[in-house]
Amino acid sequence: MNAHVADTHEHHGPEKGLMRWITTTNHKDIGSLYLWFSLIMFLIGGVMALIIRAELFQPGLQFVDPQFFNSMTTMHALIMIFGALMPAFVGLANWMIPMMIGAPDMALPRMNNWSFWILPFAGTLLVATLFVEGGAPASGWTMYPPLVLQTGAAFPMLIFSVHLLGFSSIMGSINIIATIMNLRAPGMTYMKMPLFVWTWFITAYLLIATMPVLAGAVTMLLTDKYFATSFFDAAGGGDPVMFQHIFWFFGHPEVYILILPAFGIVSQIIPTFARKPLFGYSSMVYATASIAFLSFIVWAHHMFTVGMPVAAELFFMMATMLIAVPTGVKVFNWVSTMWRGSMTFETPMLFAIGFVMMFTIGGFSGLMMAMTPIDFQYHDTYFIVAHFHYVLVPGAIFSVMAAVYYWLPKWTGNMYDESLGKFHFWISTIFVNILFFPQHFVGLAGMPRRIPDYSVQFTDFNMISTVGAFGFGLSQLLFVYIIIKTVRGGEKATDQVWEGAEGLEWTLSSPPEYHTFTVQPDVK
Amino acid sequence: MKTQRNLLKLFMIPVLMFGFGYLMVPIYDVFCDLTGINGKTGSITVAEASQQKKVEERLIKVEFVSSVNELGPWEFKPDQFSMMVHPGQAYHATYTAKNLLDKDAISQSVPSVAPSKAAEHFNKTECFCFTEQAFKANEERTMPLTFIIDPDVPDDVDTVTLSYTLFTKSIKS
Amino acid sequence: MNKLIQIAVGMMGAAFTSGAYAAWETNLTKGVTDISHEVYDLHMLVLYVCIAIGVLVFGAMIYSMIYHRKSKGHKAATFHESTKAEIAWTIVPVFILVALAIPAAKALIKMEDSSNADLTILVTGYQWKWQYEYPEEGISFFSNLASDSREASARDSGIDPATVDNYLLEVDNPLVIPVGKKVRFLFTSNDVNHGWWVPDFAVKKDAIPGFINDMWANVNEPGIYRGQCAELCGKDHGFMPIVVIAKEESEYNEWVEQQLASAKETEAAANKTWDMASLMEQGEKVYTTSCVACHQAGGQGIPGVFPAITGSAIATGDVAGHLDTIMNGRPGTAMQAFAGQLNDADVAAVTTYQRNGLGNSVGDMVQPSDVKALR
Repeated sequence: MNAHVADTHEHHGPEKGLMRWITTTNHKDIGSLYLWFSLIMFLIGGVMALIIRAELFQPGLQFVDPQFFNSMTTMHALIMIFGALMPAFVGLANWMIPMMIGAPDMALPRMNNWSFWILPFAGTLLVATLFVEGGAPASGWTMYPPLVLQTGAAFPMLIFSVHLLGFSSIMGSINIIATIMNLRAPGMTYMKMPLFVWTWFITAYLLIATMPVLAGAVTMLLTDKYFATSFFDAAGGGDPVMFQHIFWFFGHPEVYILILPAFGIVSQIIPTFARKPLFGYSSMVYATASIAFLSFIVWAHHMFTVGMPVAAELFFMMATMLIAVPTGVKVFNWVSTMWRGSMTFETPMLFAIGFVMMFTIGGFSGLMMAMTPIDFQYHDTYFIVAHFHYVLVPGAIFSVMAAVYYWLPKWTGNMYDESLGKFHFWISTIFVNILFFPQHFVGLAGMPRRIPDYSVQFTDFNMISTVGAFGFGLSQLLFVYIIIKTVRGGEKATDQVWEGAEGLEWTLSSPPEYHTFTVQPDVK
Repeated sequence: MKTQRNLLKLFMIPVLMFGFGYLMVPIYDVFCDLTGINGKTGSITVAEASQQKKVEERLIKVEFVSSVNELGPWEFKPDQFSMMVHPGQAYHATYTAKNLLDKDAISQSVPSVAPSKAAEHFNKTECFCFTEQAFKANEERTMPLTFIIDPDVPDDVDTVTLSYTLFTKSIKS
Repeated sequence: MNKLIQIAVGMMGAAFTSGAYAAWETNLTKGVTDISHEVYDLHMLVLYVCIAIGVLVFGAMIYSMIYHRKSKGHKAATFHESTKAEIAWTIVPVFILVALAIPAAKALIKMEDSSNADLTILVTGYQWKWQYEYPEEGISFFSNLASDSREASARDSGIDPATVDNYLLEVDNPLVIPVGKKVRFLFTSNDVNHGWWVPDFAVKKDAIPGFINDMWANVNEPGIYRGQCAELCGKDHGFMPIVVIAKEESEYNEWVEQQLASAKETEAAANKTWDMASLMEQGEKVYTTSCVACHQAGGQGIPGVFPAITGSAIATGDVAGHLDTIMNGRPGTAMQAFAGQLNDADVAAVTTYQRNGLGNSVGDMVQPSDVKALR
């Protein structure tokens, strides 16, 4: 790979002050904005999680009322999914995709600015529901009617904020697709693209195909409540279960929207630190595509207990189990990449390995609950809570942390503090397991999810879980400290940063110029 | 130019998918009619019903239950708990509803059938469902229904439960 | 931070030694029906398959992390594909999945076959209680969270939940079923979606307003089986447990007789005239089961969500208006119509209690006959 020496006359620095950030169309600035926004929302959502866990430390109600508790579970989920994880991945895409494919910027820089700046408004609107009459939405992030229709003044705010978040994601995704299709450097064929770019390419299609369906579903809720339609009201010939079908038609692909970019990140990091090319590049691409396809035909496994014909239950069971195949291929490929490599274990690698192991644990429980007859026992218990937190916290969130440690030296030009980073990994890993592993046990023993108080036989594991939660929550303050410290200074990073790193982004200086690849490199 | 056309196509995807979300409503209804997924019953005309052949050797128990949604001010009960019926023959049953208020009110009843695999084979030729029923203050009324079970109802169905839920549509003040 | 961990660990230690919490249940229940046994076996089967795969995959990873590290001087190999291996680990999992899907499908078909049932029970979910109806026998009753659990769960109640028997898993009127009979449950809801779940029966089904679902259980052993609402249904989702008592057939028949007899007694009670003390006593009982979830123990309500009873214009105003609100509810609000769930005596008692208790002192009484006249 060869970067042409860029014409220095075209390089101009960013504007100064606040206006730089408001008016910016630069993919690096916007990427940073997304990442900071995501970090703030991660901390807000994390505080909510700690309120939940504090209440669940002991049986009986100690700190909050049941209605507020339900608001916390609802808001925690919405904020973490739409406010923390999705913007984090979009931020990484903004920073890295142009640099990985040798593009000067995103294809639609002005739309890029809008898609970010919608987010703070949507996020504020969502958080503001906490302060209106009747309290924040408390019907679960799944917003099932008829319960969600009992929401007070927060209801239209919730719907509008989901609409805004949807707009932002759709615009961001179109931008990513357009960038990948049109701005690849000469010679960068599709099958030469780094895997992070590939997984985001597929994720972006999932987003533009499913976010509008969610928007439609919540619009129907809105008209049901205020304009006397009866999409989900049995009295008018509607069906509340239909909402669940439409919601999960969005919701299941959404699950993969949250995990495919993580697969991409891990597929970048493991080869770097194993000093060995990714095993089975093309099968990784095909596996990602087949997971994306399967995600559209498995949605009803979230709702096996609503009462479906046996044939439908069998279909959704088998289709769901089938997802284990391409997911397995990915895990096997990562292990084979590590196999007979020459590994070192810097922080990004630790997080990536942690991801593979703990995501796989979440995958196993996923396989268990794919089986309809046993899902009747698991459904809506803490076993489910344990499952999706395993795939989302030591899964998706660990991948974001891995990515931050991996690319932070490139973004800032400074190395982060390696021993602090490793310490952050180890305490996060230990506490996250103390937090979520016991939830498997209480779930199997019969504790339903979304309850503020529980029967005393569940106490021990809930206490352990709460201790893990506070440990994990506090560990993330260290993460914030490490990031701020690295941004402000530190040992200078080389352009290559990592010995085994390969790809166009490592041919740029650390930190990269404000405008990079104004002349596209030739990829051989 | 090509880029712009591609972009236009990309923008069309979310627009179409938004429409698809709404399209799922009729699709779901058709799907439900075909599979009985949400317990919605089949319906045929009286003429069609008279064409069906009575199956003497099979007896199916039909149970009737009722509920009043959101504990509205109604008394609503089936007049018989169960009947033994032959597939292919039409039967009559009645429910009684009473408005407990001193005001006029309008109700609407929604049927549902369990098990769902029997739903599509449970046909009603006369029914008070899905139409609004106006009640005078304290009025009590018998509401009739006529039904016929398809001769091709699955062999492992020996009990069918018909449930009516009565919703309050409006109360005159 | 270390200090915090110390405190937390200390608290954990204290909790573990208290003995009241000495249940370390870590696995799914085997349950008491043939179906629940089958479900348990399937659960264990897929668990063992996952553990076996986990040992292989994690074993390979850990081996590689120990031996293939740069610090040990291991040089990286250069292979990056192997068609044979990739085909193998695509095909082999498919076979494993098929082997798991076959018994699962068989179990599922059995679970969904509700034919040849001996008894039908209609289960209706309410915010936040269950109603059980035996249409053939003509029995119908509500099942609320036991009042000692409710009192202990309140914030600052000062009652240790560990001292309450079956905390949050006890009800006033349990469901009673015969053993050795195929009991078919029909599920529906009165307001929002609920989920009826008894782990020992491996029965979990959503109760959806306007629709009915069915599921069945054939319980092998007499006993008391407990479960909870599984579908988020609002504020008190965690406070609507399910208790099922499975009895030998003869005892079950006795219970049915008793229920029918006590229904007659209730009717008789509605015809007599009550004094203030007994109205207040009965009224308090009804209040703690039917009203307290929203209007709260002291009648103060939850500002902005549920109005207070204490000092309210309705509860201290005209009796007719008060009775109308209780019996017919307030459409469009969370206030339900209680005419269908409380008998005449209970309505009279709770109305009197609200007017003369909870900080109110109107001074008048409502008799069951007054309520009867309104029906």
